[in-house]
Amino acid sequence: MQRLHPPASSVRPAAGLFADRPGLGLALLAMLSMGAALYAALLYAPTERLQGDVQRIFYFHVPLAWTSYLAFFVVFVASAAYLAKRAPVLDAVARSSAEVGLLFTTMMLITGSLWARPIWGTWWSWDARLTTTLLLWFIYVGYLMLRASVEDEEKAARYAAVIGIVGAVDIPIIHQSVVWWRSLHPESVVLASGGPAMPASMLSALVISLVAFTVLYVVLVLLRTRLELARADLRSLRRRALERLA
Amino acid sequence: MARAEGRTPFLRTVRTLVWRDLVSEYRSREVVIGGIVFALLTLVIFNFAIDLRLETVEEVAPGILWIGFAFAGMLAFGRSFAAERERGTLDGLLLAPIDRSAIYLARTVTNSVLMAVVELVSLPVFVALYNVRAAWLDLLLTTALGTIGFTGAGTLVAAIAANTRAREVLLPLLLLPLTVPVLIASVKATAMALGARPPEPLPWLQLLLGFDVIVVATSFLVFEYILDE
Repeated sequence: MQRLHPPASSVRPAAGLFADRPGLGLALLAMLSMGAALYAALLYAPTERLQGDVQRIFYFHVPLAWTSYLAFFVVFVASAAYLAKRAPVLDAVARSSAEVGLLFTTMMLITGSLWARPIWGTWWSWDARLTTTLLLWFIYVGYLMLRASVEDEEKAARYAAVIGIVGAVDIPIIHQSVVWWRSLHPESVVLASGGPAMPASMLSALVISLVAFTVLYVVLVLLRTRLELARADLRSLRRRALERLA
Repeated sequence: MARAEGRTPFLRTVRTLVWRDLVSEYRSREVVIGGIVFALLTLVIFNFAIDLRLETVEEVAPGILWIGFAFAGMLAFGRSFAAERERGTLDGLLLAPIDRSAIYLARTVTNSVLMAVVELVSLPVFVALYNVRAAWLDLLLTTALGTIGFTGAGTLVAAIAANTRAREVLLPLLLLPLTVPVLIASVKATAMALGARPPEPLPWLQLLLGFDVIVVATSFLVFEYILDE
């Protein structure tokens, strides 16, 4: 083992997490913008008159929702591109985006529940948007479980890409069916969304937070993708090492 | 999908494959008989889980019916690829000079036929056991559209799940969230066929038709990537 020299071609110098300037820059940007978002949401934005401080959860909930949908859209695009080009990096992006998207969806569901309890008086309501989100969560849990239960990397990538595509195509139909399911239901409770128009300071707090979460999403996917590629490198190095020893 | 010389025409390939699958099922009959008994058992068991001496039995009963159909269907889809694997016939099928998507289409047709047999036996028993009055034409149309959608997605997912370690778990786990529109629309339209108010099944039937077309077409396009060994 000691005599072994890594084959120069397969070692990526930028495999370290913050090993290059764009990566480090983005990470710093994410940190600063998250700080700004916290300040804007908790201190700068005025307290809502009817809901009180609970309303501030909105500045995290909405950006989480936006980044979740963005993440699953990226899974869809990267999956289709992977099936067309078969480049491992595309699969790594799809996988990373699914993981980050699932994390953000989970946080969206939790923050939503925390807000709903004092405002609607219930942790959960089978409202169309909530139900769609919950089903979305299940689809991507299945996606990641599928990846975990296939040994062969290349096969796992192909199967996952198929689910990534079919899942994304299905989401609009799921949403439509759930909307009708609720609105045609006789006991449906119409939850007024929006409420009074937002003052400018609330809107700017929301925009700052949207930017911060989007940057955070990009950074997380970038790091996770690099980790995935570094793992693939490690695997091929191991394989070569075993070949040389044999 | 590159067409080599001397390939059999697509539709004839599909017909041959469907015939092959149906003959193989006719010889063992394990999927159909298992499916029928399972669906009937579901109707009986739910009768204990939910007290159905209700005024609005036509609102509740369709849900039970479709849970029975969905689970019987998943048993059939799981069997269809597992049996090929056990007998080693999948390799033969993959070596044959045919389009992968023909395999998908044929398997979807076969699975739909098998589910239809299960449903045609279960529906009269359901109507009798749950004491509901059915508009049979509406009921059969709903069942047909729901079955095609559920099978179209189920055949794709079963082909994926068959190649994984946790296939028995993964099939329902991947399939049920994807087929929520089928379940909702079928349950609603079935309830209306049994007399639930308001009697407006049209949007639900349209939703089923839309799901069928979109999901079967998408699965048809991506299926070749699953069997790409």
